Amino acid sequence: MNMDRATAMLAPDSRTIPAPTDQRPNTRPHVTVRGLSKRFNDAVIYDKFDLDIPRGKLVSVFGPNGCGKSTLINMIAGLVPADAGQILFDGQTINEITFGYVFQNYREALFPWLRAIENIEYPLKLKNLPKRERHARVERLVNQLGVKIDLNLYPYQMSGGQQQLVSIMRAVVVDPEILFLDEPFSALDYEMTLFMRDQLQRLFVKTGTTTMLVSHDLEEAVYLADNILLLSRGPARVVDFVSYDAPRLRSDATLSDAEFVRTKAHCLEVFQQEVRKG
Amino acid sequence: MRFKSEALLPIIGVIGLIALWYAAVWVKVVDPVLLPPPTTTFQAMWNGMIHGKLGGDFLKTVERTTLATLIAAAIAIPLGILLGSSEKIYRSVEFVIDFFRSTPASAMFPLFLVLFGVGDKTKISVAAFGAALVILFNVAYGVMNARKTRILAAKAMGASGLRVLTDVMLLESLPQTFVGLRNGVSLALVIVVVAEMFIGSTDGLGQRVFEAQQLFAMPDMYAAIFAAGALGYSLNLLFLMIERRFVHWAGK
Repeated sequence: MNMDRATAMLAPDSRTIPAPTDQRPNTRPHVTVRGLSKRFNDAVIYDKFDLDIPRGKLVSVFGPNGCGKSTLINMIAGLVPADAGQILFDGQTINEITFGYVFQNYREALFPWLRAIENIEYPLKLKNLPKRERHARVERLVNQLGVKIDLNLYPYQMSGGQQQLVSIMRAVVVDPEILFLDEPFSALDYEMTLFMRDQLQRLFVKTGTTTMLVSHDLEEAVYLADNILLLSRGPARVVDFVSYDAPRLRSDATLSDAEFVRTKAHCLEVFQQEVRKG
Repeated sequence: MRFKSEALLPIIGVIGLIALWYAAVWVKVVDPVLLPPPTTTFQAMWNGMIHGKLGGDFLKTVERTTLATLIAAAIAIPLGILLGSSEKIYRSVEFVIDFFRSTPASAMFPLFLVLFGVGDKTKISVAAFGAALVILFNVAYGVMNARKTRILAAKAMGASGLRVLTDVMLLESLPQTFVGLRNGVSLALVIVVVAEMFIGSTDGLGQRVFEAQQLFAMPDMYAAIFAAGALGYSLNLLFLMIERRFVHWAGK
């Protein structure tokens, strides 16, 4: 991590992140994936795969089981090495940018020996921020999200939803340029999932951070997304890149909105075709 | 209320054992010389601890076991972390560790006698040797089995390899390290007591048990056995308490 960038990001005047609507129109894609290839043993998961992720959008990744949805964001986030290809973020590599990653398994992703607040502060500690600055940043985030849980608890003293909320806070406290979420809500019960979707949506509206979300739930994928990336079976191709631009914040009413229903039906149709091919 | 009564359950076993013991003495199942009544035994224990040699021997055994465990931990914990941080390194020495871990430490006495003579050094070093292998094995496994997701999470946040080791792997291995320490201290006590019995000893609990048996001082012998039992139990309990204090997240 480049220290100058880190300090620049933390400078008081850059603290307020403009809402997406205030942004200068920037039509250049944020993330460009070119010629990405990946194989596991004999299975070719990706072969010369190209993809553009627009800036400031929430992109849901959806596709048949085992098509490599998680592998895609893991390769983009640099957690899994690609066999070939290039992934750039505004011309920079993953090592040059700040990003956040939320794992499906919050229980294994959080540090149980640290209190929730220490977990959230950990990435700031890695960036050598002084204690006061760390506290200030977490407090700002808490206010931003309206979080009402006791962050002095240890993760194992919290409910699953609270733990995943802590995970998300840990991922966004660094003001990431891009946020990755790998099936973040699939280990939660339905009530908690609805609540967490809402939290994520509010966060996205406030920060406008480019976000990639892997989901196995089509309703969730469409509900949260600006774009739904539909993948084929391996080797994965982009079958469709569907736009869905219902105004935010979306709510329960969105789920029965005609445009939502139409978009979801379209995605389902494409998905079914891909499944039948397999 | 319910909790209180359940906390008292273990006492039932103790009372039962003493009652059985009294009954055995009373109906003379065993020769009274071989099995003195509990009162005589506990009296012998009290007297031995306060006025007699038992107290000194007890402390001597505590000293040897503690020293052996400390030496073993000081060697095995850093080495275990080093071995565990690379699966390849561990696999290459796994057989050697497992082999010596399976070798009865008592079989090493003659070798260590040649190396260190008949003094304290031999007793402590054999015990340390046995305990170190147990601790080493557990620490290495603790480090190796650190949750992959947690390591990945730290890396995703930009942690360097060294930070991953100190901030994640080390802490992940703590529960397993404590398993190793508890097994290690138990083994060290076993080895120390055996060493005190046979290799030219003049003190220690093993020596006390052996000498009492030679003199046919049965109450003293039982007293020394109970003292050794109490020591083993206390050491285990001590490590459990330290573990609960420092590894509060274990099993949660």
